[in-house]
Amino acid sequence: MIYRENGQFKTSYGADQQIFPIAQDRYLVLAIIAFAFAGVPFLADEYLFRAILIPFLILSLAALGVNLLVGYCGQITLGAGAFMAIGAYAAYNFLIRVPDMPLLGALLLGGLTSAGMGILFGIPSLRVRGLYLAVATLAAQFVADWAFLRVKWFTNDSSSGSVAVSDLQVFGLPVESPVEKYLFCLFLLVVFAVVAKNLTRAAIGRQWMAIRDMDVAAEVIGIRPMWAKLSAFAISSFFVGVAGALWGFVHLGSWEPAAFSVDRSFQLLFMVIIGGMGSIVGSFFGAAFIVILPICLSQFLPALGAVFGVTVSTTAASHAELIIFGALIVFFLIVEPHGLARLWVTAKEKLRLWPFPH
Amino acid sequence: MKIRSLALAVSLAAIGITSTVSAPAAFAQAKEQFFPVLVYRTGAYAPNGNPWANGYVDYLKLVNAKGGINGVKISFEECEFGYATDRGVECYERLKGKGGGATVFQPLSTGVTFALTDKAPVDKIPLITAGYGRSESQDGSVFMWNYPLLGTYWVAADVAIQHIGKQAGGLDKLKGKKIALVYHDSPFGKEPIPLLQERAKMHGFELILLPVAHPGVEQKATWLQIRQSRPDNVLLWGWGVMNSTALKEAQATGYAREKMLGVWWAGAEPDVKDVGAGAKGYNALALQHSAEPESKVVKDVLAQLHAKGQGTGPKEEVGQVLYMRGLISAMLGVEGVRKAQERFGKGKVMTSEQVRWGLENLNLDQKTLDAMGFAGVMRPVATSCLDHMGASWVRIQTWDGGKWVPGNDWYQADDKLLRGMVLNASRKYAEEKKITPRTPEQCKM
Repeated sequence: MIYRENGQFKTSYGADQQIFPIAQDRYLVLAIIAFAFAGVPFLADEYLFRAILIPFLILSLAALGVNLLVGYCGQITLGAGAFMAIGAYAAYNFLIRVPDMPLLGALLLGGLTSAGMGILFGIPSLRVRGLYLAVATLAAQFVADWAFLRVKWFTNDSSSGSVAVSDLQVFGLPVESPVEKYLFCLFLLVVFAVVAKNLTRAAIGRQWMAIRDMDVAAEVIGIRPMWAKLSAFAISSFFVGVAGALWGFVHLGSWEPAAFSVDRSFQLLFMVIIGGMGSIVGSFFGAAFIVILPICLSQFLPALGAVFGVTVSTTAASHAELIIFGALIVFFLIVEPHGLARLWVTAKEKLRLWPFPH
Repeated sequence: MKIRSLALAVSLAAIGITSTVSAPAAFAQAKEQFFPVLVYRTGAYAPNGNPWANGYVDYLKLVNAKGGINGVKISFEECEFGYATDRGVECYERLKGKGGGATVFQPLSTGVTFALTDKAPVDKIPLITAGYGRSESQDGSVFMWNYPLLGTYWVAADVAIQHIGKQAGGLDKLKGKKIALVYHDSPFGKEPIPLLQERAKMHGFELILLPVAHPGVEQKATWLQIRQSRPDNVLLWGWGVMNSTALKEAQATGYAREKMLGVWWAGAEPDVKDVGAGAKGYNALALQHSAEPESKVVKDVLAQLHAKGQGTGPKEEVGQVLYMRGLISAMLGVEGVRKAQERFGKGKVMTSEQVRWGLENLNLDQKTLDAMGFAGVMRPVATSCLDHMGASWVRIQTWDGGKWVPGNDWYQADDKLLRGMVLNASRKYAEEKKITPRTPEQCKM
């Protein structure tokens, strides 16, 4: 009843081809973004910002990048953590070695370095595919782990191998307090999400999808696989690299290579699979599921115990957290193998018929 | 379809209950001194994290059983982070505002310490890192909020070399010798390297660096290198399962356990228990204390907590090395509060800033320590603005196949060497972070 496009006439190509052709969708998304910018800073407390919202935003950006490669271009990667690390360490080195380097410049250069490395590690994708490619990209992970642990230059000869940044500012505005950090990450995420959405709707995104669905057929109709695959690797790595730099600079403040271990790569891949492959909104759902749910569970279980007068020990709670989290992953994959984004689409379809389903 | 809506309902309900239930719990106790407890009772490092956490919590309970800190009861809450830096930071954010504000944080992870070092000055909460953390944070004029009480890794490395030198018949005998450092490849393991390199230059021994990747179960290649290069001594800088693996590998390679010397995090029961007799003769540094089942404080814990069924963890663990470390760590935090109360009002709840002052002016002489039941366990600790460590006493303990036996010799780090390195590093840090070191006048405030 409320969610119908009756009466919305499109009189130009522009109106027909916009991202959200249905007015209700458009207003909903705009309202969410407006709320995120203007409402959340007044409502959330410091814990929510630092422990939940900022990690969620940054990992959403990383998941978005991984989704472009895995979901849209069909190239499975297990090297996302490595590209985050490359982005973070490259941005760090640009920031401290180049005099007067602005923060935004360092972040973007970090992303570009990561994109370059992405092209390099994407070359095997021209020969191998599927699970074999996943193993090949795993190499990126090990190379990055090794380089940032062993090569002293990357960590500015820090004796402990841990690097730190401080006094962040963008165009003279400080990025220090949780609200500032949140807004900074949110701004970047919105910009990158719009770019990603448009890329997937443009020629390049269609090439990726053609390669994903059947690369031989795509080649026959004139798509160059090398160009399509390597551009997917480059752009995905750029996104992931910027996310990595944000993770180090804004979220952690000081970090060591363990922050970008192979676990992180798996985590990002799971976000994409659970959230929904080939869906921008799915990246956000996946990131929310993986980042927020464990924290909610670890707070919820002792609280639930308190309601029934049982003291849940820390050990029991954290074991239960892993068990429930694992069970939920299996549950969602069985109920909806196409990810949480598919649930969202189903919900919208139902809403169109509501309240008179036929 | 039904399942799907059920799932939706369950998850929505879960979120709802979480937000409603957890909110009031946070403000329940306001008149109590709140101690956040960061623990890792699960994951790869749980065997070592558990006894530490049990000792820490038991001491807080013991203080309460004895009537609190001048009447102020202690409240505490555990947060599990599994030795992962990002989850540790999340725990810090979660607990720092609870119960009227966190008193002091003790993360028991060098990685988390590094991350929190930047946050502590902003939130004005002191960090105690007894026996770990950043070595240069001993300099309190730059690191106002860090308290690496009792010892840093540079102290450990310094004493290790002194001990090896003493066994060789003098530090000058180290010339031309080979000493291998088998270390956990993380900030924790890398911390001692600068000091060892400095010592290597001074005495002319060769330092071989052998990193082991987290979590440390794969060490075949490392020990192959040791077999080839035949070092005169091996320093073991491990944590968790890495230590027992190293000892098993040493046994398999035939490297004499007597020539191995572990850091104080590689010298506890979980490290050697599985190897048992195979680890006989293995030495480790002791951060003053060893296993102390006979000490009075342990008897107090057993009598006042475990006998009444209020103890944390198994009874057999009470008095073990890491249990004692947790207990002492908690004691240092509590004594910081007690010292702060002397100045800011006895019987009042102290803010974290006041506790920071207490930690900086800590003065635990032997009589006080003995009265608290730490006779034979610890030596005096006295901190100041310039020295946030307070003491650098170290003993050597030996595993006899069934228990840890502390040695009789007490070592102290070479203050001249240490001071210079600490100041160099802390000045460099201050420059990077644009911190102006506090002057002696500012210190008095």
